[in-house]
Amino acid sequence: MWKSELAAAILLTLAVGSVHAKDYGIGRPATPGEIAAWDTDVRPDGLGLPKGKGSAAEGEPLYEAQCASCHGSFGESNDYMAIAGGVGTLKSDAPLRTVGSKLDYATTLWDYIQRAMPFTAPKSLTADQTYAITAYVLHLSNIVPLDAVLDQNTLPQVKMPNREGFTLKHGLGSVKGKPDVQNTACMKDCEKTVKVRSELPADFTASMYGDLSQDFRSIATMSKVSTTPTKPAAAVAASPAKLSAQYACSACHGIANKVVGPGMREIAAKYKGHADAEAKLLAKLAAGGAGAWGSVPMPPQAHVPEADRKTLIQWILAGAPD
Amino acid sequence: MTKSLPQAGRVIPAPENVLPSEAMLSRRNALKTLVGGSVGLAAGSALAATDPGLGIAPWAKVLGKPVAADAYGMPSQFEKNIVRRESPGLTRTSQSSVAFTPLQNLFGIITPNGLHFERHHGGRAEVDPYQHRLMVHGLVREAKVFTMEDLLRLPSVSRIHFIECGANTGMNWANVAVPTVQYSHGMLSCSEWTGVLLSTVLDAVGIDRKQAKFILAEGADAAGLTRTVPIEMALDDVMLAYGQNGEMLRAEQGYPLRLLVPGVQGVSSVKWLQRIEVGDKPWHTREETLHYSDLMPDGLSRQFTGIQECKSVITSPSGGQKLLDKGYYQISGFAWSGRGAIKRVDVSTDGGRNWRTAELQTPVLTKALTRFRADFIWDGSPTLLQSRAMDDTGYVQPKIRQLREVRGTRSIYHNNAIQTWLLDANGEVHNVEV
Repeated sequence: MWKSELAAAILLTLAVGSVHAKDYGIGRPATPGEIAAWDTDVRPDGLGLPKGKGSAAEGEPLYEAQCASCHGSFGESNDYMAIAGGVGTLKSDAPLRTVGSKLDYATTLWDYIQRAMPFTAPKSLTADQTYAITAYVLHLSNIVPLDAVLDQNTLPQVKMPNREGFTLKHGLGSVKGKPDVQNTACMKDCEKTVKVRSELPADFTASMYGDLSQDFRSIATMSKVSTTPTKPAAAVAASPAKLSAQYACSACHGIANKVVGPGMREIAAKYKGHADAEAKLLAKLAAGGAGAWGSVPMPPQAHVPEADRKTLIQWILAGAPD
Repeated sequence: MTKSLPQAGRVIPAPENVLPSEAMLSRRNALKTLVGGSVGLAAGSALAATDPGLGIAPWAKVLGKPVAADAYGMPSQFEKNIVRRESPGLTRTSQSSVAFTPLQNLFGIITPNGLHFERHHGGRAEVDPYQHRLMVHGLVREAKVFTMEDLLRLPSVSRIHFIECGANTGMNWANVAVPTVQYSHGMLSCSEWTGVLLSTVLDAVGIDRKQAKFILAEGADAAGLTRTVPIEMALDDVMLAYGQNGEMLRAEQGYPLRLLVPGVQGVSSVKWLQRIEVGDKPWHTREETLHYSDLMPDGLSRQFTGIQECKSVITSPSGGQKLLDKGYYQISGFAWSGRGAIKRVDVSTDGGRNWRTAELQTPVLTKALTRFRADFIWDGSPTLLQSRAMDDTGYVQPKIRQLREVRGTRSIYHNNAIQTWLLDANGEVHNVEV
């Protein structure tokens, strides 16, 4: 037995070891049609741009209908994202990052509009509409004239004002990159003077963020909670059987038979015909007791809400129906 | 720190906040009695007389709830303040927004799944895992489509890594702008991620290792978010993650599949991942040109700035917290580096004049949050608290003014400066810059 298991293990090892060139045989080939349907991204060299065309003039009404409510009729609205203007501001103290001022390639605009815009209905524009809206947005930054027609050949040739505005000369592109800013691990007398240069006005914090003590695990909050316990959401009338489980009645009382205490139906049988049974049992349930069914005492259940106690007793007296 | 510890009873553990005014008064009175000459009374018993907690509690006198009363357990009702929050006024729409992790309330290094920071560009997609597919194509021998079941069958790894948004702490570039560590550093979380190494899948489709220079990762969300990742990273430790701290990813984290690019700004870890294309040139997508590129003072933007450099922050005491009394506190916080493991963390209680080395809580893992701690006895005077991390490349976390000298104040991204908290004479802690 032991030997055969070992042999099986060795065979299994051999089988796993023979998986060819790390191709696990998992996954299925993608069909050309599937790739074409999903591969919608567009690169700066135009790779990925579909057939179709549109002019800025054709884009204007589309833009007004689908884009202007967020970006403004002139692409100027900064409510969401200004998309026009700002050209030449990137060196200033108030740089305005827009499609016109920041993008290095117009293809990026096309790619983004077709995958993510309009914000509430992404991927709803046709290729022609996307070309037209792209042309109009570029026109809003005076990058192309109103009669410019964009297609898969002309779009990659649009020269963006910030084409030369990016650099890869930094250390943040690779885990092995060289950091541009260095501190030292000085331990003693590292600063001559230390003064607070910037802080938040107290009224700003209070007005913007409210009572910050509420953002912490605070004794104050716990005290409040424990003195005024949160009420559970208005109970969707739980079934008596569920209540019996919730309050662990069923741990001691079977439906029919005795477990530790009497079975529910045994109780029903004993009190059958007693007009005062409900009141009597309600009182017993709250106070607990011993002797009626044996010497094991029943603990008081006063913590069970009265409504639930009543539900349970009525259910028991009705013979604990399913 | 040579002073002896104050007597028991004066200690308010740092993660906790203010007492209600009446409780504070009774405690202050108790302390006065203590100091004023109730000779012979131990501190504990003096407080016990006024402490309503020391009786037989009501919950000790009733039977508790049964097991599985909550089939999927939730935090105690008393933890209701421990939630993600949006920063007021930061974004115009909550679909393209961020909710920050309450770092001030966390212990250890793992972020609970319900508190992992959220950043969506087109809302949180609700993806059906049975219909979800991952396509891998481009410069490969055979383009393939994988179901979630396929991916779950492939050899898996589990690794603990942080995710930090590139814009984390961006609001502090020019001056301090937010009051608590939740808002200043809360686009930061750390989980044990489980999934398949991307290299496993790229090998399975026969990647053309000579031609391949970049991959494009695309999400299935409304934003169809796309990012270019260099092939060195893609073949190194990048994962296709489906597991997060022992369960499937939360919807907020890209259920059922996300890319995980360890040590790199969060936007590269594309959520709801549906497509990987292998190519020979970068794509210059919106999220690597218009945004997530770092504007320098000369007007040039640094592009493809992925690495989250070594950084740390004290989470307790931290902004918005109030220390009730003088005495012992434990300074505690996080340190992390996108280039490797944390080697050392130093703390200063005098605004950076003098430093001492903090204790690192194990495990200390590469590209993961590391918890540090240091003893602190507050003498009641205004105190400037700082932490400074060093990673295993020897790089030391910089001061904000050192960063500004090179990068100015307009870059938005990659602010890994030393954070200063001012503990004022009232025990209130404020975000300040020195």
